[in-house]
Amino acid sequence: MSAPEHRDYTGAKLGMWLFLFTELILFGGLFILYAVYLHRYPGEFAAAAQELNLGLGAANTVILLTGSLLVALSVSAVRRGGRRATQLLLWGGVVTGLLFLLNKYIEWSAEIGHGIYPDSPILNQKPPGEIIFFGLYYVTLGLHGLHVLIGTVLLAVMALYTATGVVHRDDFVKLENSGLYWHLVDLVWIFIFPLYYLLL
Amino acid sequence: MTETHPAATNERGFLAPTGNGLFGWIFSTDHKRIGLLYMYAILTFFLVGVVLGLLIRLELIAPGETIVSAQTYNALFTLHGVIMIFLFIIPGIPAIFGNIFLPIHIGANDVAFPRLNLLSWWLYISGALLALASLFGGAGFPDTGWTFYVPFSIQTHTNVTLAAFAVFILGFSSILTGINFVTTVHRLRATGVTWGRLPLFVWTLYSTAWVQVLATPILGITLALVLLERVLGAGLFDPAKGGDPILYQHLFWIYSHPAVYIMILPGMGIISEVIPVFARKHIFGYWAMALSGIAIAFAGSLVWAHHMFVSGLSDTAIFVFSLLTFVVAIPSAIKVFNWTATLYKGSIALDPPMLHALTFILLFSVGGLTGLVLGSAATNVPVHDTHFVVGHFHYTMFGGTGFAFFAGLHFWLPKIYGRMYNRKVATAAWAAMLVGFNTLYFSMMVVGLRGMPRRYYDYLPQFTSLNVTATVGSWVLGAGLFVMFANLFWGSLRGAPAGNNPWGGRTLEWTLSSPPPAENFPSPPVVVHGPYIYPEEPTP
Amino acid sequence: MTEQEHPIVPYRTFVVVWLLLLLLTAVTVAVSRVHLGPLNIWAALGIASVKSALVIFFFMHLKYEKLRAFGIFLLVALLILAIFIGFTFFDVLYR
Repeated sequence: MSAPEHRDYTGAKLGMWLFLFTELILFGGLFILYAVYLHRYPGEFAAAAQELNLGLGAANTVILLTGSLLVALSVSAVRRGGRRATQLLLWGGVVTGLLFLLNKYIEWSAEIGHGIYPDSPILNQKPPGEIIFFGLYYVTLGLHGLHVLIGTVLLAVMALYTATGVVHRDDFVKLENSGLYWHLVDLVWIFIFPLYYLLL
Repeated sequence: MTETHPAATNERGFLAPTGNGLFGWIFSTDHKRIGLLYMYAILTFFLVGVVLGLLIRLELIAPGETIVSAQTYNALFTLHGVIMIFLFIIPGIPAIFGNIFLPIHIGANDVAFPRLNLLSWWLYISGALLALASLFGGAGFPDTGWTFYVPFSIQTHTNVTLAAFAVFILGFSSILTGINFVTTVHRLRATGVTWGRLPLFVWTLYSTAWVQVLATPILGITLALVLLERVLGAGLFDPAKGGDPILYQHLFWIYSHPAVYIMILPGMGIISEVIPVFARKHIFGYWAMALSGIAIAFAGSLVWAHHMFVSGLSDTAIFVFSLLTFVVAIPSAIKVFNWTATLYKGSIALDPPMLHALTFILLFSVGGLTGLVLGSAATNVPVHDTHFVVGHFHYTMFGGTGFAFFAGLHFWLPKIYGRMYNRKVATAAWAAMLVGFNTLYFSMMVVGLRGMPRRYYDYLPQFTSLNVTATVGSWVLGAGLFVMFANLFWGSLRGAPAGNNPWGGRTLEWTLSSPPPAENFPSPPVVVHGPYIYPEEPTP
Repeated sequence: MTEQEHPIVPYRTFVVVWLLLLLLTAVTVAVSRVHLGPLNIWAALGIASVKSALVIFFFMHLKYEKLRAFGIFLLVALLILAIFIGFTFFDVLYR
């Protein structure tokens, strides 16, 4: 078949960055819609934003940033040969992901409990700009939440790989690439947070 | 280029059975096998698409309902479009010829991510099967046109949800191929394969790969939004809830216009390979050719709203997008001029690959010029959504990419299978296709200019004679296609041995055996000059 | 794995970046409570961009990548996204 596999660390990272660009553009489409509708309904967007839970939103921001810290640290840790430290940091990252999803569950339960969800009778009574705001809110944050879930699973897998020695100081590109994915999830939220929670 | 002695351990090369039967193919990570897996699937779907096209023409041979109901007609042209665009033209050249020859062209033994490559193929097959599944059950295959415009795509009861999901999966396949090819070109070039010595086919695949990476995700999110609208009713494109249907069109065309450059650029790359070989002359303006591909990829990302001139855009947008559309014609024209200049004072051999390549130049030029008529906003208004548009894009996509694809088949199948088809039959088939093609699509453009709308099963009586002409043209074209494929099939199976270099090519694949060995280069090649050196030095 | 060209990033660097990110988050919230009209959205985007740069350069190692291609590619991707958003506004802004 093909020649013995050669490892190309830089090539693997390059491929991952290219994949991240596709994620950037995927969310970008939703930001295109947001930009246009914000321009069209500034007042209604601001009014709708008031109904979001700023506290939980801010908490989630801090949670994701901390998760990114832990994951970044884990790459340095693995390069130092600190197998246990690496695992600990990665599991820490997993915890932040789960906390984020828990918060999201609490937030959405409350909002859905108040009858605010796509195509709900209550939402459909609101001004058009608010209907659009919440439509974008659920789609964008839902898609983001799905990525948080995927990222959390990836980090857990990397923690297990570190435990079993698949990932180690001389071959850690899987970990680094998983880290890149996790940071992307953080990056998207860095923009989501002010655009959805902080409008005035 | 350089002397390489192919490891001819087995005369059937990479085609030789590995002992794993079917699994040795569908789980292979060899780029050459994956390329052929794509070819078998893609050609199958192409032929289905051709049959659908012939059925459409049968319906249009007379006004009124001829062979199908109006509803069925809507599903027919939607299916024809979805199959031809997503299952044939977009993957076509990169997935088949790109997979097989990109690594060889750069002196590599495979692509950067062979397993991802296999996954790309599996995603393609999954998407294709899902698309076909949406033919069945419910209210049948979508009747929205391949463009799935809202609000109809959200309201129709046909199987839009499944079909849109299928295209989403297909998009993923395209994205992974793009990631693979960009990384491969950056990381796996052999010693001496500098950017300035890359075959132009590689340059176009590289440009295309970038478009696949950066544009396809927009299609992904757009289709996801249609799905979510159908399922959740968020109202993002629903005016009753404050949404704007024109935003759907923006999102859709932000991908789908660059997509036409995904379609054409690799085809242009094939032409740039074929013309120097059959004119026995160095390509005119190598760097202009290389960089114009990049320019087309970039400029092509700026012009999408020229599909929306009559949808309700602002005048400012109409002006800007129309102007930019003229700009993107420039690098395309540079390529046409440089191919022509390459032919000048060349020693021209009219073998089948060259016949198709020359036809490409003619038909793509017609398509490109009619594109300017469409790109100029004022002239767009009366021809929008008429058969003029249908003629335009068939000249570019079929006359362009299609014929480049056929050129590629005639050029490279002897290398892949090691056997030569009958050149006289190939020439006869080509002639029939040339006549049939122009009869079919030129008539379309005329009847479109006279006012016949597209996507209608019926038309006014005064359009009848041109429609009859077009349908007859489709039969001649169909006959030519049938003969061409039959000839290629039998030739690849039973033809005379082709030898390593039947055409006198100068790129690396012609130094390998035909078929190429399973391992392309047992020892990495060292390349010392570019790919279009003519007249060649005497080689042993 | 033979390519260990760039040095291991010290833990401290990451912690400092994290603290900066938390600080900038606080700033974003604070600024958003002040009515600046249309400037609010640009301020928010500007701060988010700075935070993103910190994540990209440090957490994602872009600062330490030897291959300039990474940075160039990122710029290309951002430019394309900017074009997609910006050119849509040629329509939306002037209807």
